[in-house]
Amino acid sequence: MTALTHLQRLEAESIHILREVVAETDKPVMLYSVGKDSAVMLHLARKAFFPAPPPFPLLHVDTTWKFRAMYEMRERMAKESGMELLVHQNPEAKARGINPFDHGPLHTDMWKTEGLKQALDLHGFDAAFGGARRDEEKSRAKERIFSFRSANHRWDPKNQRPELWKLYNARKHKGETIRVFPISNWTELDIWQYIHLEQIPIVPLYMAAPRPTVWRDGLLLMVDDERFPLRPGEQPVMRSVRFRTLGCYPLTGAVESTASTLTEVIQETLLTTTSERQGRAIDHDQAASMEKKKQEGYF
Amino acid sequence: MNQPTKDSSYRAHDLIAEDIDAYLHQHQHKSLLRFITCGSVDDGKSTLIGRLLYDSKMIFEDQLAALEADSKRVGTQGQNIDFALLVDGLAAEREQGITIDVAYRFFATDRRKFIVADTPGHEQYTRNMVTGASTADLAVILIDARKGVLTQTRRHSYLAHLIGIRNIVLAVNKMDLIEYDREKYEAIVADYGSFAASIGITAFTPIPISGFLGDNVTTRSENMPWYTGLPLMEHLETVELDVTADQSKPFRLPVQWVCRPNLDFRGFAGQIATGRVRTGDAVRVLPSGRTSTVARIVTLDGDLAEACAGQSVMLTLDDEVDCSRGDVLSVANDPPEVANQFESTLVWMSDEELRPGRPYWMKIGTQFVSVQVHAPKYQVNVNTMEHLAAKTLGLNAIGVVTLTTDKPIVFEPYDANRDLGGFILIDKFTNGTVAAGMLHFALRRSQNVHWQALEITRDAHAEQKHQRPRLLWFTGLSGAGKSTIANLVEKRLHALGKHSFLLDGDNVRHGLNKDLGFTDADRVENIRRVGEVAKLMTDAGLIVLTAFISPFRAERQMVRDMLPPGEFVEIHIDTALAEAERRDVKGLYRKARAGQLKNFTGIDSPYEAPEHPEIRIDTAQMSPEQAAEHIVEHLLALEAQGAA
Repeated sequence: MTALTHLQRLEAESIHILREVVAETDKPVMLYSVGKDSAVMLHLARKAFFPAPPPFPLLHVDTTWKFRAMYEMRERMAKESGMELLVHQNPEAKARGINPFDHGPLHTDMWKTEGLKQALDLHGFDAAFGGARRDEEKSRAKERIFSFRSANHRWDPKNQRPELWKLYNARKHKGETIRVFPISNWTELDIWQYIHLEQIPIVPLYMAAPRPTVWRDGLLLMVDDERFPLRPGEQPVMRSVRFRTLGCYPLTGAVESTASTLTEVIQETLLTTTSERQGRAIDHDQAASMEKKKQEGYF
Repeated sequence: MNQPTKDSSYRAHDLIAEDIDAYLHQHQHKSLLRFITCGSVDDGKSTLIGRLLYDSKMIFEDQLAALEADSKRVGTQGQNIDFALLVDGLAAEREQGITIDVAYRFFATDRRKFIVADTPGHEQYTRNMVTGASTADLAVILIDARKGVLTQTRRHSYLAHLIGIRNIVLAVNKMDLIEYDREKYEAIVADYGSFAASIGITAFTPIPISGFLGDNVTTRSENMPWYTGLPLMEHLETVELDVTADQSKPFRLPVQWVCRPNLDFRGFAGQIATGRVRTGDAVRVLPSGRTSTVARIVTLDGDLAEACAGQSVMLTLDDEVDCSRGDVLSVANDPPEVANQFESTLVWMSDEELRPGRPYWMKIGTQFVSVQVHAPKYQVNVNTMEHLAAKTLGLNAIGVVTLTTDKPIVFEPYDANRDLGGFILIDKFTNGTVAAGMLHFALRRSQNVHWQALEITRDAHAEQKHQRPRLLWFTGLSGAGKSTIANLVEKRLHALGKHSFLLDGDNVRHGLNKDLGFTDADRVENIRRVGEVAKLMTDAGLIVLTAFISPFRAERQMVRDMLPPGEFVEIHIDTALAEAERRDVKGLYRKARAGQLKNFTGIDSPYEAPEHPEIRIDTAQMSPEQAAEHIVEHLLALEAQGAA
């Protein structure tokens, strides 16, 4: 008898979920954010449908402010997976020049929240895979794997369908869409172990290297391109840093580290004493901020 | 306040620091335990889970800082850390101070990874506990040592047992508040033991703990030297899992998706429910019963020689057998049963109560069918386990029912196979998941006949069609426009999704009534037969339209009296004789006037116009289309009244 390991059980569950959505929805799409969770989700999708390519496109809701290394990885993975890559940039945000330096929370709202709604409406997708994990944040811990959104993309946390066994109810009314989280039950450590075990390509930014950085408002920010406006007295300094999560480069704090290989990163992650979202500005706004954002349609 | 001890037995950190490769190798081979915690509102569940997370070092410094701040602001433990705040996620709950939904938490030790379903103890949330329990290997039942076994303890134990959890831990919490009193503890354990035995729980593991102070949570408590068992965490780490049991059962694979990237490849994807499969194995496709042989087990990393329960796989077969989503692949010589009528336990999860007779969607494995639930045999009082008579099931009610699916499904009893025995019911209108159920056994044919005679009432037929049966009785002179208008009405009803049937001279006179002529006696018999047929059709739930001259009031009254009050809708198509005769579509008036037709209504036989028809259509004032619209509106208004 072979007892399955925890990673084998998680993998089998995720593949089951991916296939269930393809079997029961009309037009699914995978939200691809280029981060490590997206990398694992994409890898699972390739496993789930092999030898066919995953029967849905990848969608990147782009803010134009991602790290350059992320854009390179995005193109590479689209090519390798044989999947269609859709990139959506909110035209209104673009026209108004919304950026993380001048517009604060409006940046996330316009590019990500509104951009996502636009892209889903534009293409008529009725189900969107997302790489959120329940261990990331408290409101995620209570969200279902199949999470319904009204025609206005709103989430109603008090009116979620019970999910029993491995039975997912994908029936929906016209106009409703589903966000599906196939890696809900994975933890950050599971993700790292799986990347290690399966040798899944990830953006090099997760590994430490000398990078130009400045300290600002408690975050160690990387000066990734010339759009980064330096304040008086600020001078980019080369520091050995890596990132625990990846988002818009002006909003994503690095950690000082010398962990330049995957195993060293895992080692450091295991020994760390702060949670991974700590490097992100979005969660700090106020208590339960993520829950509010989710109700408004943030993924 | 004792701050949590950090000197737990976990030496992981040393290994991580010294030899990360060895650590990763060790951790890739960890097993997974999913468990639920259940207890009453104030039993300290969230505190215990928070403590487990904290003690297994799953709480980071930034979270701890937030926790300390939150504890002072909204905590219920004074200046001490309120561990419950770690797990009470949603903003609304923070204000109420209770958890209101199922939340999943994660932690790991050197030996295992754990997924905890935190399920509320609040009375109206039984459905959440059943949800959390459905994926759990083990249940931790919490008891407040000061209160002992409560009604809710019984309910949670019953539910855990019902859903098939074999590993039960009885955590007697808040031992610090009863001065770690051994006698009181043992009395509680004995009390629980006799209750547990009465509902079929043969074994459970009692542990005296204090979630608040940490006694017997991760480390053995010095306050209770008399306790010789394992601390809770160690028990969770070492308790034997039932992981191999599913693998030793016969092979079952519910087919999820068929992969056809090109003409040469046809793969059957799914998660193996039970058993093992190897290439070359003889398999059977259910429900068709066709057999084939496993050709390949395909993965991205190369083909496998065999696969086992729990794995998501893609199989190819040697022959071009028909097989699609919803079918089940099984070992050839020991297939599961196929049936369409079952005895089942239902846990009702919706505010809207069960409507016996109404069809729901049923999802069982990858099968999706329409199902009718019949009136419960009984409801279980989850507090006393008594069987109560019940006509329906409301939110959180549990009952035993008979189910009939609209086509045969592949199944196994829930006890033998959760994937082929556990199901959900979905409301066809709201799309909500309204119930979870567990199939016990198929009902035999003899029982079916007996049961059908008793249970499929005319209400059940109508309920299935989402309509109230009616008989729309069109009466009027020959050539008045009865059939024309009745036809238009039926088209509109059909477009509205109503189930209807039109009886008129054309389809009745040529068959059922071809032995009848046009004497007064035959006219009466004609109407009687039409009335009886229409009545059967309304019993079947249909909206029946009849278009007959039906000249005599008494016969129309006779038919009206056959039906329940309100179902007979008399519609007088009122056309003046002169106008009908002028139209003379079928040339009958001309023949009658010429004496070639005897007993023709209006010429040499009377027409008794209705005195109080439900609807009167004056064809001089309305076109047939307007008349039809008017009648449909009247009908919809009646439906609305009936629903109100």
